Amino acid sequence: MAEDFILTTQGLAKTFRGIVAVDGVDLAVQRGSIHALIGPNGAGKTTCFNLLTKFLSPTRGRISFNGRDITRTSPADVARLGLVRSFQISATFPHLSVLENVRIALQRQRGDNFDFWRSEKLLRRYDAEAFGLIEQVGLAGHADGRAADLSYGRKRALELATTLALSPELMLLDEPMAGMAHEDIDRTAALIRRAAKGRTVLMVEHNLSVVASLSDRITVLARGRVLAEGTYDQVSRDPRVVEAYIGVGHG
Amino acid sequence: MNRSEAAAAPVAAPVPTAGHAGSPRRDDGALHAMLFAGLVAALLVAPFLAYPVFVMRVMCFALFASAFNLLLGYGGLLSFGHAAYFGLASYVCAFAARSWGVDPVAAILLGTLASAALGAVFGAIAIRRQGIYFAMITLALAQIVYFAALQAPFTGGEDGIQGVPRGRLLGLVDLAPDATLYGLVLVVFVAGLLAIYRIVHSPFGQVLRAIRENESRALSLGYRVDRYRLAVFTMSAALSGLAGATKALVFQLASLTDVHWTMSGEVVLMTLIGGMGTMFGPTVGALVFMALEFYLASIGSWVTVVEGAVFVVCVLAFREGVVGVLARRLGRPL
Repeated sequence: MAEDFILTTQGLAKTFRGIVAVDGVDLAVQRGSIHALIGPNGAGKTTCFNLLTKFLSPTRGRISFNGRDITRTSPADVARLGLVRSFQISATFPHLSVLENVRIALQRQRGDNFDFWRSEKLLRRYDAEAFGLIEQVGLAGHADGRAADLSYGRKRALELATTLALSPELMLLDEPMAGMAHEDIDRTAALIRRAAKGRTVLMVEHNLSVVASLSDRITVLARGRVLAEGTYDQVSRDPRVVEAYIGVGHG
Repeated sequence: MNRSEAAAAPVAAPVPTAGHAGSPRRDDGALHAMLFAGLVAALLVAPFLAYPVFVMRVMCFALFASAFNLLLGYGGLLSFGHAAYFGLASYVCAFAARSWGVDPVAAILLGTLASAALGAVFGAIAIRRQGIYFAMITLALAQIVYFAALQAPFTGGEDGIQGVPRGRLLGLVDLAPDATLYGLVLVVFVAGLLAIYRIVHSPFGQVLRAIRENESRALSLGYRVDRYRLAVFTMSAALSGLAGATKALVFQLASLTDVHWTMSGEVVLMTLIGGMGTMFGPTVGALVFMALEFYLASIGSWVTVVEGAVFVVCVLAFREGVVGVLARRLGRPL
């Protein structure tokens, strides 16, 4: 049934000056699930991700979100519909405080963003809500510090808090664990699991143990195409997947 | 250019922005209030110590540079055509005051509105591109205004509009004496600077900051970045116009100098010398620049060489500008 899927693509393709990065991907993300997109390097995961969030325009194909065609929608408008992404390189506003980072997201939904004649003190009304989100991701002691001064793991946590502030229906996470130490990975995995309650998460991730423990469903990409799809057990036993990973590893 | 390139292209910001070293602290507001008070006090005393017309000139250009800095320092957009907005308002104000005989305040407002409208149109065209392309488009558009001013029948061509009457403020106060006009210019300047302060420290200003810091992230949070850019461009053009219109009354003249591309260049220099992205930097920059022109007038065209040298020293020795360096030393935004 179509309404079970929050995000679907048909024949999604992207070529860069003749080089095919994504080649006819059909994707269906089930509402309320944690869906992972994996694949060897150069499989087109990040391109796919950028297509879904409209940071790239597809060469061919269609994307629909909640049954609505978003193939030609701008990135800002996609976010307004409830599809919010994170970035591979942690995306914070470095010279703003942690509190201000989260407030920027809260502020966006309330519609006083063009109020240039009022004092920024107005924004303090979001403080309580922002503190709540900051606490939720374990940054309670850092609210007044600059985002740039946070450790890498904490920046990712802040990014998550900022994303959650928009309470998106669908959250797209681009390698949330990239470059993280072990203890950070466990903490972030727990965070994502908690954040996924009541919403859908689609993530690109390299760390297979994270993918195994977190995701309900996995799509394996290789050379811009969907190679396999299913649960972790299903795809990890698929000989084509094994070949793609090991083949590349020894290739 | 598609969306991704737009998001990936760096925003025009050739010099590191100073004055945002720390997140705003509660008492920064008190510091800024004191600095504003000190500035007003200095300007009240200034006409007794220096030539009043010179101080009025500094105030006009300080407002112009501050308006330009709103776009460059806080909006992250480098325009090379701001003379268009300064000059158009100057012509409109001069024409309205001389040919229609309107009240000086109304003439200033007409000039400001004309520049705001022009800024909205030019801005809508220019913000479609970024970085150097944005700068080139603003320059090209400003050149159109320059040639219009040169050719149009009502601008006086090479002569400009001369002998603009200063008029009577609201029909009551005669502005012909420098002392009364000084009062009006002081009020316009301080009001303009306070308006910029408010814009920067408003919910809108906070969004501008976020866009300058990380445009892709702002986009991904659902901010329609181009609308904020257009808004700040229009505000900057309007305030540049306010400065240009006031200048026309002070010198009773609107001329091609006001719309020439060198004017667009000078305002960049003033802003960078003073410190872009700081509230008081452009004012200091304008003072330095005007003082060089005024006190070195006797050496003729060598002034340009000295200005160039000062600029080179500034860029090499303190890229953040005079006030930018001070702000970093103090660890507070100025």
